Amino acid sequence: MDILNVENVTKSYTGHTALDDVTLSVPEGTVYGLLGPNGAGKTTLIRIINHITAPDSGRVLFDGHPLTAKDVVNIGYLPEERGLYKKMKVGDQAIFFARLKGLSKADATRELKNWFEKFGISSWWNKKVEELSKGMAQKVQFIITVLHRPKLLIFDEPFSGFDPINANLLKDEILNLKNEGSTVIFSTHNMGSVEEICSNITLIDNGKNILTGEVDALRRQYSEGRYDIIFEGDPQALKEGLSELVAFGELSNQPRGRSKQEIILHPGASISKVIDAANRSVSLKGFNESIASMNDIFIRTVSK
Amino acid sequence: MPLFMIALMAAPALIMTFSTGGSKTIYVIDETKNMASLLKNDEETKFVEINMPLDSALKSEELNTVLFLPANLMTGGSNVTLFSDEASSMKVESLIRSQLNNIIENERLTKYDIQNLDKILEEVHSDVTIQSFRTDREDSAGSSTVLSYALGMLLTFLLYMCLLLYGQMVMTSIIEEKNNRVLEIVVSSVKPTHLMTGKICGIGLVALTQIVIWGILIAVMSAFVLPLLIPEAVSGEMASLNAGQLDPATASVDVDMLKAMSLMSDVSYIISLFGMLILFLIGGFMLYAAIYAAIGSAVDNIQDAGQLQSFVIFPIIIGIIFGMAAANDPNSSVAFILSFIPFTAPMVMMARIPSAIPSWEIWVSLAILYLSFFGMIWVAAKIYRVGIFMYGKKPNIKDLIRWARYK
Repeated sequence: MDILNVENVTKSYTGHTALDDVTLSVPEGTVYGLLGPNGAGKTTLIRIINHITAPDSGRVLFDGHPLTAKDVVNIGYLPEERGLYKKMKVGDQAIFFARLKGLSKADATRELKNWFEKFGISSWWNKKVEELSKGMAQKVQFIITVLHRPKLLIFDEPFSGFDPINANLLKDEILNLKNEGSTVIFSTHNMGSVEEICSNITLIDNGKNILTGEVDALRRQYSEGRYDIIFEGDPQALKEGLSELVAFGELSNQPRGRSKQEIILHPGASISKVIDAANRSVSLKGFNESIASMNDIFIRTVSK
Repeated sequence: MPLFMIALMAAPALIMTFSTGGSKTIYVIDETKNMASLLKNDEETKFVEINMPLDSALKSEELNTVLFLPANLMTGGSNVTLFSDEASSMKVESLIRSQLNNIIENERLTKYDIQNLDKILEEVHSDVTIQSFRTDREDSAGSSTVLSYALGMLLTFLLYMCLLLYGQMVMTSIIEEKNNRVLEIVVSSVKPTHLMTGKICGIGLVALTQIVIWGILIAVMSAFVLPLLIPEAVSGEMASLNAGQLDPATASVDVDMLKAMSLMSDVSYIISLFGMLILFLIGGFMLYAAIYAAIGSAVDNIQDAGQLQSFVIFPIIIGIIFGMAAANDPNSSVAFILSFIPFTAPMVMMARIPSAIPSWEIWVSLAILYLSFFGMIWVAAKIYRVGIFMYGKKPNIKDLIRWARYK
């Protein structure tokens, strides 16, 4: 069951096309990565999903029906550029935003007290926002985003401005929310965190959906024919010995005087032949399947 | 604030009372030989005749104000000269002028040698006070021109201040939301158009509350406080004036002043005036706040707003200028035309309403104003929707028009 279907969505502003026929589906109960270089159209897509702007053509289905203004109470959105009313007290402000999402004042207060306790920030309740540091304000914003227990959560660069400890706290909370049944759309440039928490991704470049799928499957697919050779000896000799069989990737230094050479098998070349040839040129210490990182996939797909 | 406004109304009278700053001595060099003695002293001004040539009088340190009456003054030469070591006040000049004119006129009349001249003059003398009544209105209570003018000015100015003050409040609040990026969070729960109209209405209600409080306080004052302050004799005259029985000749106070006071203590009049003020304030505020909102959404910070703001401030200034003119002459054709242009209508109309203009003009003007504010909010919402997501570039009026055309 998909909680969100984006079907052939196109949106253009004068002069450029922000989204060009984008289609994607977000399965319920997953953490879905929305990736892409700066200016690719991610924010525009997120705004369309949030019912902030409307697409020029195409449609968005939420929970099986066309998205309407009423659905925003089931969506929580933490924008990349975010702020709070500086002069308002933290508690009052959180209640205000919760009520915008349809919670009653009593419910909002009770829920907020729980969250503030969980994050250890109960003492901030009566502080004004301008007294908080950026990271502190981000915590409050996170709570505001998730407070109404939305079915769909959208986080745009949620970890920016957090120290590693608080980033971990946040990551755990995101995974908790997923386990409780929420679906999370997660937009970031931090590929490490994508590998850690996303199960599916879509990669957008120049307003087009250029890659979509499950993270594990994509990484396997992009790993095909890719191996790492760990060896002692002259890297030049290795290259000469293998030049008929493989193409070469990065060469890097390893501990204890060893080197690591990434290779990509030519079609038809067998692993045993490569190992034989390598053994003749250098002293072979290891031969592993190389698992493409999301970083590799991102760079390779976008620069194509 | 209402106290402040009452004080403002009373200020001119108070200033008049307190501005009599000591007496002033004017030294007169009289070449006609007989006029100086005819100049009358009053509380503030004393005329002292001196016999010395003008040159030496001017050199003297003690004689700081010297009036020179040339010999040919009586026969037509009229260059009277006043030498003073400080700027001469208009009051002194007009006093001297009127006294001299009187003396010269009397002298000339005497030369004709008319019998019983004094008696004839007494009979000829006239002092008319105009008590105007509207014939086209049912309540024929005397309307006061002075009061209409003063009220017109006051209401126009009040409206002008409210439009500027609360309009800018809308703009700065939108800029603040955009600037600290809280807007992104809010618009994920509320439609941008709703947010904008909500903000305009909210601040409009603040303005309204304030005006209503002022109105109530002023109404209370005119109902309870003002009657206590007016001397009994005067209030008796007011009662007979309202009953149409007052003989202006016997009144102890100027009739126009009486009328003004009786109107000011007429609570229902004050309330109806405030009702009108509120109707025009709402219309004018909504219209201008919508423009302010569009501007606020387009810029990143208040500095960038300067140039675009002139599109609001310019019509407001035109409104206040012509509003003031309309208070003076409520039935001029310029005032009439500007009453139906929504941008100037609130201020010009408020200036004219105390002068009891035909009520169809008020309702037509209001209808146009309200229609155009709905239109303006619709346009502003389109600009707002696009503007709040535009960062970095300082937009100009062309950009705003282009945004308004996006579907």
